[in-house]
Amino acid sequence: MVTSTRVEPAGSGYAQWPAMLVPGAQLSEVMASEAMLRRFLSGLPGVDQVGTELRAGALSTRSIKSDAKLWALDMAVRMVDLTTLEGADTDGKVMSLCAKARRPDPANPSVPAVAAVCVYPDLVAVAKDSLAGSTVQVAAVATAFPSGRAGRQVKLADVRWALEAGADEIDMVIDRGAFLSGRYNMVLDEIRAVREVCGAAHLKVILETGELETYDNVKRAAWLAMLGGADFVKTSTGKVSPAATLPVALVMLEAVRDFHEVTGRRVGVKVAGGIRKAKDALRYLVLVNETVGEAWLDPSGFRFGASSLLNDLLMQWTKQQLHCYVRPDDFSQE
Amino acid sequence: MHWEYAPAPQAQDIVELRPSYGLFIDGEFSDPDDGTSLETVNPATEQVLARVAAAGPRDVDRAVTAARRAYQQTWGPMPGRERAKYLFRIARLVQERARELAVLETLDNGKPIRESRDMDIPLVAAHFFYYAGWADKLEYAGFGPSPRPLGVAGQIIPWNFPLLMAAWKLAPALAAGNTCVLKPAETTPLTALLLAEIIQQADVPPGVVNIVTGDGLTGEELVLHDGVDKIAFTGSTEVGKRIQRAVAGTSKHLTLELGGKGANIVFEDAPIDQAIEGIVNGIYFNQGHVCCAGSRLIVQESIADAVIDRLKRRLQTLRLGDPLDKNTDIGAINSPGQLDKITELTASGIREGAERWSSPCALPDRGYWFPPTILTRVSQSHRVAREEIFGPVLSVLTFRTTQEAVSKANNTPYGLSAGVWTEKGSRILWMADQLRAGVIWGNTYNRFDPSSPFGGIRESGFGREGGRHGLEAYLDVR
Repeated sequence: MVTSTRVEPAGSGYAQWPAMLVPGAQLSEVMASEAMLRRFLSGLPGVDQVGTELRAGALSTRSIKSDAKLWALDMAVRMVDLTTLEGADTDGKVMSLCAKARRPDPANPSVPAVAAVCVYPDLVAVAKDSLAGSTVQVAAVATAFPSGRAGRQVKLADVRWALEAGADEIDMVIDRGAFLSGRYNMVLDEIRAVREVCGAAHLKVILETGELETYDNVKRAAWLAMLGGADFVKTSTGKVSPAATLPVALVMLEAVRDFHEVTGRRVGVKVAGGIRKAKDALRYLVLVNETVGEAWLDPSGFRFGASSLLNDLLMQWTKQQLHCYVRPDDFSQE
Repeated sequence: MHWEYAPAPQAQDIVELRPSYGLFIDGEFSDPDDGTSLETVNPATEQVLARVAAAGPRDVDRAVTAARRAYQQTWGPMPGRERAKYLFRIARLVQERARELAVLETLDNGKPIRESRDMDIPLVAAHFFYYAGWADKLEYAGFGPSPRPLGVAGQIIPWNFPLLMAAWKLAPALAAGNTCVLKPAETTPLTALLLAEIIQQADVPPGVVNIVTGDGLTGEELVLHDGVDKIAFTGSTEVGKRIQRAVAGTSKHLTLELGGKGANIVFEDAPIDQAIEGIVNGIYFNQGHVCCAGSRLIVQESIADAVIDRLKRRLQTLRLGDPLDKNTDIGAINSPGQLDKITELTASGIREGAERWSSPCALPDRGYWFPPTILTRVSQSHRVAREEIFGPVLSVLTFRTTQEAVSKANNTPYGLSAGVWTEKGSRILWMADQLRAGVIWGNTYNRFDPSSPFGGIRESGFGREGGRHGLEAYLDVR
């Protein structure tokens, strides 16, 4: 009598959840057709907005002190993708950014190099040249960044151009128009096409969560990216507000954790846009630590796309050592 | 890479503990006439924090007499808008001294500073603010054109949320024009005594609030005293029944907020990661010392294994230890007696066939501790599915049909709280209609707000605290 009053919305298909989200499930099946894909994505367990924000808020009250803080500052520096994505970028600016990336604080040799420098494709060659001999990777935003509004051939050409110039990592944007209108297959196809062009290069897929409206969409987009072969899922281009937020990062971390559980493949998360303070970076690291665990506490599992963040990390680092704050001008500014 | 959080202890020098505390009667602290004293202990270290008076019959009489006098001479005749000023003042002073109150609460109770700082004390202030707003609007509360207060209220509160329960009792009583004699719990009297200082600081007229510390005997004196017009009790069902028997046949008004065995029901279409948080918040919040705790997880069988696996993974990230550390999630069990009770009931569960899993966290050497625990393979007839454990122990039951979920949830003598987790809004409403409980949360658990009434049915008691409904308990509405 009770169950008869329950009318499931068409295609909710949640009964598939246990089947498709158990370790070893054949995810290739869900990509067999548009209908299967849609059914899978909309059948993912929902994300409750209030609960997600409460959890992110609760974790942001963690108090990180002394050694734990120093460890986190070191880790955060190593996770930075030092970024400049302006129309006004010059060769000189990129070169100076690269020098900073190799050696963030010349006064303190214990500060490690950052993970990568992130630029537009036309500046990849300059960056590659400046970073020769270092561990710092060159990442290029491609696929008609930031809007993604171009034809498939143009996007793929963009990626090829960046790779030919020497990019080690490609940050692509998804087609939000296609995603929001429900053409999931089109989004997936594009990610797979870029993946193919990338070859061995590291692929980060930007979801632009500020345009996705709901956490459910963030989760679905993250799954799409992972199904398409992303090495990283990335929150934002930095050109749309809101950019990265703690709850969005939490949803994406839960998605990569679940994907790892099913497939055994570890996908990283990159938060980008608006992260300027060391305190914010530490909050993200707490989120990583308590959601996906220590396996992701590494530049191969988590990245910050940022520019001014680096100097605040350095300032906090110096403060931890000298027990007093130094001036902002004690560090080079890009 | 492994990242260990460094200790982040909250400084405790903000609290000035006195070696001994007297009774707060008629606006002053005084030694007991015929009472004794008892020690209050920090449950995380077993160190004695202070000696506290235990009021005897003559002390209780002094307190009730002072409350009567204040009711007749100052507080009763005072216009509501004036009473409101005092309540607003108390609320602001609680906010000003919030850190001090939070640290003291954690020392005396054992709960993590994160909770006393972010939940207990802000809610205390919010409660006083909320009822301050009602004091001059009682005629619009829906209880007639000029509702009268009851007189002297005797209020007996438990040890799980010591100051918050004091606020839940005092704020509506005072707003409605009653005067109060409050008896804090034996093991957690200190924040109520600090509240007494705040009441002095707020210049509340003498006798309006009296605080008599002591054990069950003091409470009994208060319940039996002829000068009391109203008894409000929060605590165990067993004591609640004794109080109800004691006041039967007298003109005393009574409200009881007793135990519970809350059902947290998770459907297969629930937002799973938030449901896990809700389960954790439902039963491991405040070490499970919560009358409305979601102590029974009733989960749909199609996702039961997945939920339990995820829950276990999540419990391993809970940080148990020094309650004053800002990163501690699980504090100490309040008393050795309570620890024994939790241990005994959990053991009975295993004897009856349940399977125990506890988070493999290290327990400190000193103090009273119990690790977050899950009991699976629990059936309805087990004691752990029927009796209130009042500790961090979750009993897991499963269901196949919605009807089964409802009957399992309702198959308890209690009726305080329940939670429903599903993405389908209509199902939450339908379930809320079917569940026999005073409070039902949808896709959340253990959330409180002063404007929302709280209370139980059946063996969980009667009467409501909070909201407009909370005024009814302190007004003569007959």
